[in-house]
Amino acid sequence: MSERVAIIGVGWAGYRPVTPEVSYKELTYEAAVKAYADAGIDPRRDVDSFVTVAEDFIEGTSIFDEYVPDQLGAVLKPVHTIGGDGLHGLATAYMLIRTGQAHLVVVEGHSKASNVLTLPEVTAYAQDPILNRPLGLNTDFIAGMEMNRYLYETGTTPEECAAVVVKNRRNAMRNPLAPYGADLTVDEVLSGPPLAWPLGRHETAKHADGAIVMVLASEERAQSLSDQPVWILGVGWCNGAPSLESREWGDVPYIRKAAEMAYRQAGIRQPHLDIDIFEVDDTYAYKELQHLEAINFCRAGEAGMLTEEGLTESDSELPVNVSGGSLGMGDLLDANGLARALEIVLQLRGEAGPRQLEEANIGLAQSWRGAPTTSGAVAIMAS
Amino acid sequence: MGMRKVAVVGAGMTKFMRRAQETGKELSWQATRMALESCEMTLDDIEAVCLGTAPDAFDSVHLKGEYLSDGAGAWGKPFMRSYVGGGTGVFAPIQGWYHVASGLFDTVLVVCEEKMSSYYPHAQGAFLTIFDHTTERALKPNLLWIFALEMNRYMQTYGLTKEDIAQVAVKNKRNAADHPCALLGDPDITVQDVLNSELLAWPVNRLDVSPVSDGAVTIVLAAEHVAKRITDKPVWIQGVGWSLDTAYWTNRDLAYPRYVEYAARMAYEMAGIKEPRKEIHIVEPYDPFDYKECHHLEGLLLADRGQAPQLVADGISLRDGNMPVCPSGGLLGVGNPIAAAGLMKVAELFWQLRGEAGARQVPGQPKRGLAQAWGDLMQVGTVVIMGTNP
Repeated sequence: MSERVAIIGVGWAGYRPVTPEVSYKELTYEAAVKAYADAGIDPRRDVDSFVTVAEDFIEGTSIFDEYVPDQLGAVLKPVHTIGGDGLHGLATAYMLIRTGQAHLVVVEGHSKASNVLTLPEVTAYAQDPILNRPLGLNTDFIAGMEMNRYLYETGTTPEECAAVVVKNRRNAMRNPLAPYGADLTVDEVLSGPPLAWPLGRHETAKHADGAIVMVLASEERAQSLSDQPVWILGVGWCNGAPSLESREWGDVPYIRKAAEMAYRQAGIRQPHLDIDIFEVDDTYAYKELQHLEAINFCRAGEAGMLTEEGLTESDSELPVNVSGGSLGMGDLLDANGLARALEIVLQLRGEAGPRQLEEANIGLAQSWRGAPTTSGAVAIMAS
Repeated sequence: MGMRKVAVVGAGMTKFMRRAQETGKELSWQATRMALESCEMTLDDIEAVCLGTAPDAFDSVHLKGEYLSDGAGAWGKPFMRSYVGGGTGVFAPIQGWYHVASGLFDTVLVVCEEKMSSYYPHAQGAFLTIFDHTTERALKPNLLWIFALEMNRYMQTYGLTKEDIAQVAVKNKRNAADHPCALLGDPDITVQDVLNSELLAWPVNRLDVSPVSDGAVTIVLAAEHVAKRITDKPVWIQGVGWSLDTAYWTNRDLAYPRYVEYAARMAYEMAGIKEPRKEIHIVEPYDPFDYKECHHLEGLLLADRGQAPQLVADGISLRDGNMPVCPSGGLLGVGNPIAAAGLMKVAELFWQLRGEAGARQVPGQPKRGLAQAWGDLMQVGTVVIMGTNP
């Protein structure tokens, strides 16, 4: 059994709002080839197991796992698909290696959101078909209700949420992977078109296409293959109430539990002191604040204030979403968690280019599967 | 450091039905409650939940795993859904195994649910969407006829007749007559009944195929130190294996499931099995069609190529034979709610190896069994080997 597991290779393709000239297979292939070259491995010879994350309705194909092996070099290998976020996939690879039965495991996630002509209708089909779907609720409307409750319970203001958008989209201007970099002001964000009050259009991440592949290894294999392994110190994931009626609208206890699980494994007691860089889900601007509070980055109701004061900027003590987050890089659907983790890997390896932080030794990535789910995951990594 | 040992300590299942009144959530919870009660545990004792369920299209619910999660007992717990098409039912216990073997969890629920009747008028409609959207879907292929192609290829390659293969359907439906949850048990069925049933896509007749069904199955897994506190008779997961072949199924030789062989070899190696035909006492291969049981026995290296139908003819694979195959009644007899059907096979091994299978009990106190499932575009094999020794 290998206690320690490291990320030894990463590859990506994208991210762009539309990619009409390539298929999801070609995006994945590009990311996979880069990751294998980065790790110095041959997938057919060296890899013991492959994990992908995907959902049927987004792909437009039932039992989509059928279409996974070819572009990954995984034919006639142990391959399986998780109906989860990329961090669930990462956690799965972590578990497989810790059993001692696998030494090298590949994780893949992708988004071809631009192919989905009816994304709002598809996501609305995630609601309970008997109790909720007859109400005809739009997915962004559910997020708007949640935001309203979060603002009410914590005293967070719409201006503080808008400050998240300003920060993340400015950060994205220094990230060549991010298609949605912009120099906005809080007033510009707030005066944008409303989506589902109090949620505005500018506070919602636009979708993007892309693919991310990571290679994970046992301690022994990581040390022989890599000069710069990024160690996984802890992973956690959790589900809350799937039905709309029984959840706590202002709070996200499932993210808190996921973080607690990861902190317990990593031996972290004071996240704001022990962790140097945070990449958290910001598919809606208020979610960054809500998630920061749930992972115990600060107390409930403080994240907005800290953001407005600039304490989560790239040049501050507690940088959050230096990559630009989903607001700046685009919402990659179930690949979002891998995009968060990829930024942590690049920062810990000192390969983040113009946005490189000086002091980055431990990082945290967090994901959420989007409205209307109550499902999220956390991973903590160290150089 | 040695690998953590993982045991099955409880199991429960709903009846397999043509049209369940219950929602998928309710089916999941019925099976889960039975599994927990079987080992005197409650949800508070469970640390994580793994869910297996096949296409979202059956229920027409996006993120079906999230929807089913509270029914599966996952509220407030780490929860993941895995899928490998029809292979999911035997993959989910593998997922549960690595949850425990990784050292992250001591107790895990593995829940498999399928509600195919929600798809109206017939679940075959959902299967139209499993094909490649560019190269195949335009041809409007039906699952029955691609498996008819495979059955035909199998028969042609080895010179087998429909009578040879129909004996499998007879054996399994007769076995299922003793299963309280079975949908199509029939103690009096004959080969002639199978051959005379409605022709669906030659050489497949109606009784060569398992029925579309609703149902759920749950098992409880525990790490060694916990398992021994829960039960005197834990059943150990000794080996696991899985393998996925290319999506380009038209390039494959359909006479032999190489992906099943690869999955089996992985599981045999982990379990330390060198001579599977001697060391496996009871087999639950995937039998959505009668020829598939034969196909899979060959892929599992438990029969020579083209010789598997002879095992029934010689009585070897009957419940009281030397190597009982599908003593549960299999998918052909008990029913085929896709993912739940695979986990039913694992639950059957659990009951058989503990000597708790009632009228279905195979004689001679079996020590080790193998369950296998198959799915996707004739593409994936999943194998679990379980035994009374760790």
